[in-house]
Amino acid sequence: MADETRSQAGKDGADRQPAAGVAGSAAPAAKREAGKKSAAPAKAPAAAAKPRPKPKPKAPPEPPKAPEDQAPPDGMEIPAMVAALQNGVSGAVLKVSFWVGDWTVIVAPDRLLDVMRFLRDDAATAFDYCSDVTAADWPPREKRFDVVYCLYSTRLRQRIRVKVRVGEEDPVESVTGLWPAADWLEREVFDQFGVNIVNHPNLRRILMPEQWQGHPQRKDYPLEGPGELLMENPQDWLRVRNLPDEAGPGPAADGEIE
Amino acid sequence: MTLEAPRTSATQFDTDELVINMGPQHPSTHGVLRVVLKLDGERVIDADCVIGYIHRGIEKLSENRDWTQIILLTDRMDYVAAATNNLGYCQTVEKLMQIEVPRRARYIRTVLAELQRIASHCLWLGTHAMDIGAMTVLLYAFREREFVLDLFEEFCGARLTYNAMRIGGLPLDIPPGWDRKVLSFCDLMEGKLNDYETLLTNNRIWLKRTRGVGVIGGDEAIGLGLCGPPLRGSGVPRDVRKDEPYAAYDELEFNVPLGTRGDTYDRYLIRMDEFRESIRLIRQAVEGIPEGPIMGKVPRLIKPPAGETYHAIESPKGELGYFIVSDGKSTNPYRFRVRPPSFCNLQGLKRLVTGHLVADVVALIGTIDIVLGEVDR
Repeated sequence: MADETRSQAGKDGADRQPAAGVAGSAAPAAKREAGKKSAAPAKAPAAAAKPRPKPKPKAPPEPPKAPEDQAPPDGMEIPAMVAALQNGVSGAVLKVSFWVGDWTVIVAPDRLLDVMRFLRDDAATAFDYCSDVTAADWPPREKRFDVVYCLYSTRLRQRIRVKVRVGEEDPVESVTGLWPAADWLEREVFDQFGVNIVNHPNLRRILMPEQWQGHPQRKDYPLEGPGELLMENPQDWLRVRNLPDEAGPGPAADGEIE
Repeated sequence: MTLEAPRTSATQFDTDELVINMGPQHPSTHGVLRVVLKLDGERVIDADCVIGYIHRGIEKLSENRDWTQIILLTDRMDYVAAATNNLGYCQTVEKLMQIEVPRRARYIRTVLAELQRIASHCLWLGTHAMDIGAMTVLLYAFREREFVLDLFEEFCGARLTYNAMRIGGLPLDIPPGWDRKVLSFCDLMEGKLNDYETLLTNNRIWLKRTRGVGVIGGDEAIGLGLCGPPLRGSGVPRDVRKDEPYAAYDELEFNVPLGTRGDTYDRYLIRMDEFRESIRLIRQAVEGIPEGPIMGKVPRLIKPPAGETYHAIESPKGELGYFIVSDGKSTNPYRFRVRPPSFCNLQGLKRLVTGHLVADVVALIGTIDIVLGEVDR
């Protein structure tokens, strides 16, 4: 059931994507310097003030872009762990990045398990401890999710981050077989982002109630919460939300705080 | 008297597995934790934790608040160790912005973090002992915790949610005479620790309830992602303060206590030793607080350059990590993620309780030292 609703919500989200960009739902309110960025309520007051020219006169604010994966500065030596990975699993590492002291490797999603198994088992890497699994959502991008694994080696005392870029439907192999620690962490990623994690032994929601609709950490999910309508009928909720503004404030605007 | 015991074969009893709910309103689940236990008689054969009852969306909220406002939200995660939460967050942003924190601020931060560890361990000790049946310890431990809260109150005005640190340093210098008070608290605490140990360490009931309960080996603990005292109890020398030093820890001397058997008793002994190590650290840090400014050079508008980082500290519960992504344009983080130690330790509960008696479940929930505010965020 969860799977079905998830893909449904996903499709709707994808349909709405361009519109959401214009309405400022997915983008930060760069034009509203003073107010805090609160996605959905931006719609109602802004449109009430002027008679809503459909193509907005001003260009919509640019959606935030994911920071560049900074390549290590010239002349910096690639550490042994990264070099070993590049040799051991050839072709899987798309990019190596270094930023404020952290090494990150960007990996092809279909090679994720190979890379992870190598990182855990090889003597030069020995990442036996899975610190964290999380994600970041960059909506207008086609591969909207960065799924990030923070690994640590208790023997060699080193850290690395592994990152894969995936779209909404793309499968991400679960790493629970390598580190049981990833069990709850991946459940949280699924719960909060709706990343399509496959081969997980027990993929259920963890922080939100089982019957919850939508994935709260996505950038197109309203900060003030869904209101009752979304809980009861997500299809209606989406329709009301996308209606022209004279239909009155949708349930999304109910919880306006600021 | 001869008792006509029903010496029937087991088949005549109803031997179905029984599923019971422990919590979410159970006093020894330390908050709103619900554990669904599957029992075979008195023995637990499976357990499933249901969490999220006080999920407040702190990560989502933080992504819509500016960088300074978030310090206040981090207080609300592990609310019995708010200062370490502040510390972890501030250090992560400092790392992202490459801000140098003055030495004086780093020393005072260390003192605060270690005081916080004592307060948090006091609360753990009191509730853990009370779960197992030793009521006295709770009253003693809370009495000493009160002294720590008084010290914090004098430092920053609050007793629970301190908001005690700022990006780049500290909002306030220590009040005059505060360092003396901290030192005299250390002397007092050292004596009180002996009192606790007299009550528990060689207590036969305590030994029976904790020895050999919830044994977990080092490799398995690493795989399960346990951190902090539960990991060190299994003999894994992992302490973020030693391995990836922050604040002033690289300039101070301390030991990392390790267990050997990996049972509840070892985890108890480790935390008792951590009390002493904390006292040792506080003494060194207070004596060594250098003169100087308490705030580094911080721009008026905090706006880290585009980039991401993960930074971990050793909170009283274990490895508390922050993963923060800045898009470089807005005044709030694009992605704010907390790696809560309680969450990761609670994951191991299923492994710990399986095979034990129902009565041991409370001991095992106590031994991993969770705060539900942090588990659920």
